[in-house]
Amino acid sequence: MNLRRLFFRTQSAPAARERLQVLLAHERLSSEGSDLVTKLRDEILQVIARHVQVDSDKVNVRMERGAQVSTLAVDIEIPFDAGKKAA
Amino acid sequence: MGKVIVVTSGKGGVGKTTSSAALGAALAQNGDKVVVVDFDVGLRNLDLIMGAERRVVYDLVNVIQGEAKLTQALIRDKRIESLYLLPASQTRDKDNLTAEGVEKVVGALKTHFDWVICDSPAGIERGATLAMRHADIAIVVTNPEVSSVRDSDRIIGLLDSKTAKAEAGERIEKHLLLTRYDPARAERGDMLKVDDVLEILSIPLLGIIPESMDVLRASNIGSPVTLADERSAPAIAYFDAVRRLKGESLPVTIPGEKRGFFGKIFGRKAA
Repeated sequence: MNLRRLFFRTQSAPAARERLQVLLAHERLSSEGSDLVTKLRDEILQVIARHVQVDSDKVNVRMERGAQVSTLAVDIEIPFDAGKKAA
Repeated sequence: MGKVIVVTSGKGGVGKTTSSAALGAALAQNGDKVVVVDFDVGLRNLDLIMGAERRVVYDLVNVIQGEAKLTQALIRDKRIESLYLLPASQTRDKDNLTAEGVEKVVGALKTHFDWVICDSPAGIERGATLAMRHADIAIVVTNPEVSSVRDSDRIIGLLDSKTAKAEAGERIEKHLLLTRYDPARAERGDMLKVDDVLEILSIPLLGIIPESMDVLRASNIGSPVTLADERSAPAIAYFDAVRRLKGESLPVTIPGEKRGFFGKIFGRKAA
């Protein structure tokens, strides 16, 4: 029984590593960048809204922190007739 | 002007106080003038680890509240002349630590000592944020274990946003001190490896302190581990960490990895 446990037990450290990587990627987004992301989201929305009408629910701003660089992804859904309305 | 170091971790029980005492003693053993400050108001333990628990008269809160002079509260180590301790209060509430008071005390200590080591309490509350507030250098103490790594990540975020240096737009120097490391368990794949932790936290490595009975023995007798047994594996690791802290580029070795013939046969039993 002990021998079986010794030989067939899978390593646990890779699971720890993977779980941490997923968790921390998520937590870094929500805690550290939250103020900045909210600010960016609001200001970007203001600029866009000057030219086209957009729904604030359709704006998605994400920031990801890396060791060397961080990336900011902005995803805005613009309705088909938005340009006409603003004009 | 001395350098201010904060020893921090977020999680409790990972070895902040042990490391503060050991690094402070190691720096002082090299001749530098060092003060180690306990910020854990209400749960002080640095005095006990350094063997000065019966010599505490005044503490950090007394100094901040103006009830004692800084020189009255400082306790000089009986073994090393250039090592001092500023204890925390055991009875007072931690709300007695004020931002202005801490700034004044740390500022005064900086002019008298080469190194001011701030031993942070666990958590991310007032005591912890005040301990890191005026630091030039942060030492993040981490165990190779998921909850400790997660909390360290959180603390690194705070160091980059809530310290005086960060607010002034400067970078705070951050180092990782990996403690309670067991190379045999890491090798078997049951403990996060050094590279795993480094990749996740992405801050430079100051040293690896092996899991060791010598640390417990040192605390039992109230002596920093670098003083209790200079030749023990954790003491050597702390001495090396201090050399790196002072700018020497010394490669980091994993303690206890070089095993002889007998070590290879019997080493695993211990783990």
